[in-house]
Amino acid sequence: MADKPKIALCWLASCAGCDEAVVDLNDAILQVAEAVDIVLWPIALDFKYDHLESFGDKELALGILHGAVRNSEQEEIAKLMRAKSKLILAFGSCACFGGTVGLANFRTREDIFNWVYRDAPTVVNPEGRFPQPETRVDGKTLTLPEFYDHVYTLDQVIDVDYYLPGCPPPPDLVLNAVNAVASGNLPPKGSTLAPRAALCDTCPRNKTKPERIEITTVKRIHEVEADPETCFLVQGIICLGFATRSGCGETCIGVNTPCRGCFGPVPGVTDAGTKALSALSCLVKGGQYGDPKKLMESIDDPAGYCYRFSQPSSILGRKSRGENV
Amino acid sequence: MSKKITINPITRLEGHGKIEIFLDDDGKVEDAFWQVVELRGFERFCLGRPAEEMTRIAPNICGVCPSAHHMAATKALDGLYGVDPTPTAKLIRQLEYNAFVIEDHYIHFFFLAAPDFVVGPDAHPAARNILGLIDKVGKETGLKVIEVRKRNREIIKYIFGKAAHPEGGLPGGVPGRITEEARKWIRETADFTVEFARFALQLFRDTVLGNKEYLEMVQSEAYKLKTYYMALVDENKKVTFYDGKVRVVDPEGNQYALFDPQDYTEHIGEWVEPWTYVKLTHLRKIGWKGLMVGDGTSLYRVGPLARLNVAEGMATPLAQEAYEEMFETLGGKPAHHTLAMNWARLICALQAAEHNQIIAADPFLTSKDIRNMDLRLRREGVGCVEAPRGTLFHHYKTDRNGILTMVNLIVATQHNAAPICLSVKQAAQEFVRGTDVKEGFLNRVEMAFRAYDPCLACATHALPGTIPFSINIRDKEGKIIRKL
Repeated sequence: MADKPKIALCWLASCAGCDEAVVDLNDAILQVAEAVDIVLWPIALDFKYDHLESFGDKELALGILHGAVRNSEQEEIAKLMRAKSKLILAFGSCACFGGTVGLANFRTREDIFNWVYRDAPTVVNPEGRFPQPETRVDGKTLTLPEFYDHVYTLDQVIDVDYYLPGCPPPPDLVLNAVNAVASGNLPPKGSTLAPRAALCDTCPRNKTKPERIEITTVKRIHEVEADPETCFLVQGIICLGFATRSGCGETCIGVNTPCRGCFGPVPGVTDAGTKALSALSCLVKGGQYGDPKKLMESIDDPAGYCYRFSQPSSILGRKSRGENV
Repeated sequence: MSKKITINPITRLEGHGKIEIFLDDDGKVEDAFWQVVELRGFERFCLGRPAEEMTRIAPNICGVCPSAHHMAATKALDGLYGVDPTPTAKLIRQLEYNAFVIEDHYIHFFFLAAPDFVVGPDAHPAARNILGLIDKVGKETGLKVIEVRKRNREIIKYIFGKAAHPEGGLPGGVPGRITEEARKWIRETADFTVEFARFALQLFRDTVLGNKEYLEMVQSEAYKLKTYYMALVDENKKVTFYDGKVRVVDPEGNQYALFDPQDYTEHIGEWVEPWTYVKLTHLRKIGWKGLMVGDGTSLYRVGPLARLNVAEGMATPLAQEAYEEMFETLGGKPAHHTLAMNWARLICALQAAEHNQIIAADPFLTSKDIRNMDLRLRREGVGCVEAPRGTLFHHYKTDRNGILTMVNLIVATQHNAAPICLSVKQAAQEFVRGTDVKEGFLNRVEMAFRAYDPCLACATHALPGTIPFSINIRDKEGKIIRKL
């Protein structure tokens, strides 16, 4: 037991879908459990944090972290994992780019609190109380962690060795990553453990994509009966396959649903959303409006499409303080 | 001097939270608080986005029950666009939803809850998990557990692309049809699952009911809480997952309310306490009466046991037999036994499996009529499903272009939040005396909330930010004297 490589898995601001992705290894997980010693995995195992603290620096072969970083505790856990692990793998879109929860960077904490604890139609809060970092109840003190007013990617908080994107990462890439670590056959530090191609290159609809796409009208997915074999962009439906890394297995495309970019930018691009927006604007032609600018303006919520998984890693940086972005 | 104990992190649940146990001068538990320490921002950061994107964003609320959020969002879109799904689309949605209820209930039972019973509440923490369970029940059984989960998740993937983040729910329909070829393996999966469901119930009978100590634990007052119960029921007042009316029964089992999900704001209130990020739901017409049960309480519970307490029976024959056996063993309805939630969960999974056998044989399943395109934006919609952990509400309003202007979500773990506080306090009062508490006894405190299968990722849909679940035991001065 002592000779097996030690692995720890932990969540930060995560939905636990990445934990399910590990369980999705199915029978292979039993082989993984035989090959390695899992020393922390809160969703499934009863090891507590002091167990992790008890290891020496870099004693763990691999620390896997999923979720974005939103508060001080998460930052501490990330730093503890970094100290104890030879390698850190940012697992899933939230750890890699901020993920869907990164959309919270478009709102203020105050706005969120006001809605959740005051304005929502089901709230009963006659005294107008909000959760507090410290509360006294019958002489007893109860504390809650305070939140950062911003969502961070994992590598904005600690040094990350490898990235495995996806919402969640698919089982084949998870297994490849584990095997790469176990065999020591690793690419250069900082690599993304996924194919280098764009999703369009591996998309089964690629053959219907013309040399030059010209979007002349923009349609929303529920408004049309999308053809299940034709490129979404050709149909005027926003799809981010051209700006997104491949590796997901085209699962959304397979159920006639366009890409929203969970695998992050293609190699060589750091800001997925900005790249997607600029590329999209090049594809848009005048069409019904006779003016590409007007057609572009007819796209509702371009930020929500293009930064769906990547706001925290984008050049937008700090949140907008305005109303809907 | 009085003392306090901490457990950190509390494990085998989805999400993060902590428990604070306060001891008096004699080392007896004076009070205990179950705190949810994270909050995310879904209701706000979805504003300004096209409503149809909610089926793609909402599954990120929780990766354990993404299908529940995906389906609630899809049904809210039905309401928003004033459209009913075609009969085939409804069948396909139900097929997927049942498959999800099955795999979700089994991941909780086998990975999270059963290690306490099968491996034992006092077993070494290193063995008290799915791997320890497989050691105990044999690899063959372990592989069956993995297989039932895998095969049902294949159904989800076939219909909505990804099990951990389903995609493609549309107002009035589903994104793709089911072929006759697929029907064959879907039917085989449904048959396999019914057999597995019977096996799982037998395992429960053998390991829990057949063990005097465990049965006493299930029946012990330390794990009972007399509350109202809420769940969806079908037109015959039977257990249902995909659709129905909301029924509430009082602590004696009498119907207290029966309402259409779109009227939820009249019946459900969310109380705010400064010491937790989760809002505490209660029956709004009774009003917030504090963290208390008994006469005058406004607290209710949701989830598998609530479904069985609320309904007048199961919708399928084998599940009905199991339902009758459970209430007979527990001494009638309603059953207030918190640990019986684990039992009820297995009965719910059996109904979902039997229902999928029926759906798999339905001639309409493979029809090409999967979209109702008669969309008329009504600018408001409520979607409600019975999520594995209990009744889930998604409520959206939009502008005239179908862009979201209001999102309100009420999730299962929120309904259970106040009762979980009380269950934890009860268990702590029973098992904790002084600071020198055996690990297995603190695990018994954890078992009190674990039975609810609390999903804190869901409960705190509102700002990302998490810390691990922990238990602190504190002395009268509030100093932490034990942390687990």
